[in-house]
Amino acid sequence: MTETVGTTVDTAVELRHVYKRYTTRRSKRGAARVVDALHDVSLSVARGEFVSIVGPSGCGKSTLLKVLLGLTKRTAGEVDFGGGSRMGMVFQQPLLLPWRTVTKNLLIAQDINHRLSDREARERAEAMLSMLGLEEFADRYPGELSGGMQQRVGIGRALMHDPEILLMDEPFGALDAMTRDQMGMDLLNIWERDRKTVLFVTHSIPESVLLSDRVVVMTPRPGRIAEVIDVDLPRPRGLENINTPEFGAIVRRIRVLLNSENSAH
Amino acid sequence: MSTASLDVEHVHEPPAERPRREVPGFVLSGGVLVVVLAVWQFVVRAFDVPIVLVPAPTDVLSSLVDGLSDGSLLEHAWVTLQEILLGFGLAVAAALLCAFLVTQSRVLDKALFPLVVMTQTIPKVAMAPLLVVWFGTEMTSKVLTTALIAFFPLLINAILGLRSADPDQIDMLRSFGASRMHVLRHLQVPSALPHIFAGLDVAVVLSVTGAIVAEFVGATAGLGYVIQATNFTLDVSRTFAVLVILSAIGLALHALVVLCNRKIVFWSAEHRPVTEQA
Repeated sequence: MTETVGTTVDTAVELRHVYKRYTTRRSKRGAARVVDALHDVSLSVARGEFVSIVGPSGCGKSTLLKVLLGLTKRTAGEVDFGGGSRMGMVFQQPLLLPWRTVTKNLLIAQDINHRLSDREARERAEAMLSMLGLEEFADRYPGELSGGMQQRVGIGRALMHDPEILLMDEPFGALDAMTRDQMGMDLLNIWERDRKTVLFVTHSIPESVLLSDRVVVMTPRPGRIAEVIDVDLPRPRGLENINTPEFGAIVRRIRVLLNSENSAH
Repeated sequence: MSTASLDVEHVHEPPAERPRREVPGFVLSGGVLVVVLAVWQFVVRAFDVPIVLVPAPTDVLSSLVDGLSDGSLLEHAWVTLQEILLGFGLAVAAALLCAFLVTQSRVLDKALFPLVVMTQTIPKVAMAPLLVVWFGTEMTSKVLTTALIAFFPLLINAILGLRSADPDQIDMLRSFGASRMHVLRHLQVPSALPHIFAGLDVAVVLSVTGAIVAEFVGATAGLGYVIQATNFTLDVSRTFAVLVILSAIGLALHALVVLCNRKIVFWSAEHRPVTEQA
């Protein structure tokens, strides 16, 4: 990966004209179908910025994260990481390994890349557990935890990796509404501490507005950025922000944007 | 016997889901067994069935006690048990190695897997006479027949298991920079264990069958040999006594696999008691 230093010091990641095209083979007709998952996507994210990506299914938002992670190769375009390119990913499902205790799940990245000494990693895991409010569950197995707790461990696992960029792919999508709100607030609290760069993919427009500095609105077929909306609500934010007129105005703006883009196709 | 050990095992289980439901079930099936044996005993005695056709349960019992006390049945059982364990062990080693190769290399998968499946159309029992010709009536031919019969279910389950890893989990590991070996070690092997144990359970029972069939074909010792010999001399009580020992061996091995499964694959929710027949 290329690293540019100089004029883009404060850029955590910059995408320039990124394309991703899949070719799916349809066995029955024999005709190949081309899907433009990402079409001319350009986006610059500043260090410490919280950016959400919203859009309907198939708009390429998950593909965008996978391209950044290097799990999927982009068809064209450039990706520059301003600082480092170490990323932590939080998935929609917690994806904990059921044969590892909570602590051992937090240590999976350590077991793979051995970035820290084992003692440091253990201490970090302990600190992470207390930050997540899961100290008593250190030696439990994932099967004994609720969905919300599991996803908390999933977030902790990504942070254990000490990422320069935290990528989150609908991390609260599998949770019930109450837990979801709580997790959003917890995430904001965690984020306020060290202001990591966050790229947060979600289906929920209010969630994106509540959490982010900017909301990237994407539309499908081809997957492209329709507009980037600034959320200039003061921080720290809380659930009470949802009822303010400013909040409602931004949510409405995004909703209109998505609806008009949908009906245009 | 197996129920007692399983209950002890449950103490270490994180989610105690069905702690004591087995006991009444065990008592119930035990009761049915007693009733069947009683009816059997009654019918044989009441209708004076010749002992060379169907012996009464008490005849079987006394033959079993005789055979065990003079040591002859134990000697033969030991021979058969060795064949079973060696054959089973050989099959496990070979199947795990093949499963590893097939899942790691696309070329090997495409080249070898169809051939392996093709060989499975041959009834392995039919290979037993050939193996006796090649390796003699000593233990080797029995071990190989056993291994041959136990191999395939182990292989299929191990391949299935190594491929059962969740693609999202693989992405998760790769997002932390995991190599293929990392993914294998931290994800694919543990994910495969429940499947491998399912295969072990099937294979261990098949191993008993394999050893007995091989002994039928040509042997100088072993429980299969005893069955043939007593058939010849019309000592049907002893034949039944051997069946009792075989069933005890099968049950013990099955229980051992189940026990290991619960110890090793403790996280798997699918801990249902399986009771199959050979």
